[in-house]
Amino acid sequence: MKMSETKPQEYWRWPEYRHTVPGKDWHNAKIITAGVDVGSVGSKAVVALDGELYSYSVMRTGGVSEATAVKVMNWALEETGLKLDNLQYVVGTGYGRVNVPFAKRTITEIACHARGAHYIYGPTVRTVLDIGGQDCKAIRCDEKGKVLSFLMNDKCAAGTGRGLEVFADLIGVPIQDLGKVSLSVQEEPPPVSNTCVIFAKAESLALLRQGWPKEKVAAAYHAAMADRIVDLLTRVGVEKDLVTTGGVAKNAGIIERVERLLGIKPLKPNIDPILAGALGAALFAKALYEKEVGLR
Amino acid sequence: MITAGIDVGAKFVKVVILKDGKVLERAKALVGFDVLKSASDLFESTIKKTGLSRNDIKRIAATGMGRETVHGKPPVNAEEVISEVMADAKGAFHLIPNVKTVIDVGAEEGRGIKVGPNGTVRDFVINERCAAGAGTFVEAMARALEIKVEDMGSLALKSTQIIPMNAQCCVFAESEVVTLIHSKVSKEDISRAIHDAIASRIGSMVLRVGVEKDVVLIGGVALNPGFLPPLKRELNSDIIVPEYPEYVSALGAAVIASEHKE
Repeated sequence: MKMSETKPQEYWRWPEYRHTVPGKDWHNAKIITAGVDVGSVGSKAVVALDGELYSYSVMRTGGVSEATAVKVMNWALEETGLKLDNLQYVVGTGYGRVNVPFAKRTITEIACHARGAHYIYGPTVRTVLDIGGQDCKAIRCDEKGKVLSFLMNDKCAAGTGRGLEVFADLIGVPIQDLGKVSLSVQEEPPPVSNTCVIFAKAESLALLRQGWPKEKVAAAYHAAMADRIVDLLTRVGVEKDLVTTGGVAKNAGIIERVERLLGIKPLKPNIDPILAGALGAALFAKALYEKEVGLR
Repeated sequence: MITAGIDVGAKFVKVVILKDGKVLERAKALVGFDVLKSASDLFESTIKKTGLSRNDIKRIAATGMGRETVHGKPPVNAEEVISEVMADAKGAFHLIPNVKTVIDVGAEEGRGIKVGPNGTVRDFVINERCAAGAGTFVEAMARALEIKVEDMGSLALKSTQIIPMNAQCCVFAESEVVTLIHSKVSKEDISRAIHDAIASRIGSMVLRVGVEKDVVLIGGVALNPGFLPPLKRELNSDIIVPEYPEYVSALGAAVIASEHKE
């Protein structure tokens, strides 16, 4: 047996990836900027050509934020022929934004997510729900993607991606399949504790032992998370259009339940919503560059 | 008169058999998957040790989060159920008549109780929503540190340096502990930081009901010597830890059962 076959499966480990938007040539671009979003769980880098998405990468944040920032940026540049020196302006954002050594400036992830959501979903966005690895934010913004107000939970893992990772490991379902699995139930079970991941995990374990199928336990867990998220959204006030960003935006089990509870359908993204922060940073970088060289 | 108290907690079930105000027997066992079976087995083995039978026990009161499991169900057949807060106050008062404040830190809950005359409850606060304010927190951190939970307290007492913990949440604190280990902070200092963190949370909760002497600390976490010094600092008060602090709730239930009037 090969070593790789004896390794226990890590259900929490989501895939890392990079991509270059086809049909674009950076040699024709006037302004090349980048945004690096060093999150508590995932790090993302985006390269923008004249304010348009060009290439990106998403990877897990390692123990040393600086090293991760360099790695994720280089990965986004890989295959494009671009070098770090070709980037005219880089903005760092996210939890570890001060640890991006090649960034000229840092901007809070709140501002970047609103700006990125504006790019991804268009100018009708008024409420951004960002669910990241270790926090959850509800952001109100105007037609330009400027932040008007926000609320966040960064004190507790309930209602964050980290909580989902813990749960994926518990029920043995890969994290990227969790949402789908949770939606496969016929009838929605009552939610588990929505205030503490540790208690929710203990309750889920008890339900599994009682013989509940994985799908039903997943539904109970997702329902609790959705409750918690809707509570945050309601406190900041939801105005249409509502959109979602961050890694958990890809979990249909959460998003559909939030939709059911609020009675508001969030817009569907055509760009990976995990990129919103880094994308917003790259767009701010363009504006800052233009200001610097006197174009604005 | 012989009565009994049974405390069906989140992690342990505890039984106290009381005769004329004196403890005849006490015992505890882990709560297994089948809560009723864990409680029943412990109860039966405990009365067996005293040489009594169920009929010799005049009245049984159950408390703890699983108290309803044994309410009117054989073999325990508890005649009444009592809230943890009332059992805590009565049990602490039975041991320390001057008690004015009780702090009970169990596996999944933390409580602060203001005690009135004769061990009654004047006011209380509970944290039952977040594991960071209960024994589970220390357990989770012990796992992250890869040491036995029983050793956490004595390790903390050997600390030479104060390290602040930023994370409040159990899940986030686990990652923070791993980061601290990687940055070569000693296990002693990390352990102290963990106890400081939980003491600060429990302390600020208890301060909401007010702290008046005598302050009595009970519950399983009271067995942890690393928790007492930071809690004393946090409350700026002496704290009494009675012998067998984890049995105080069960004792209180037994005392309340003995006070029952037909």
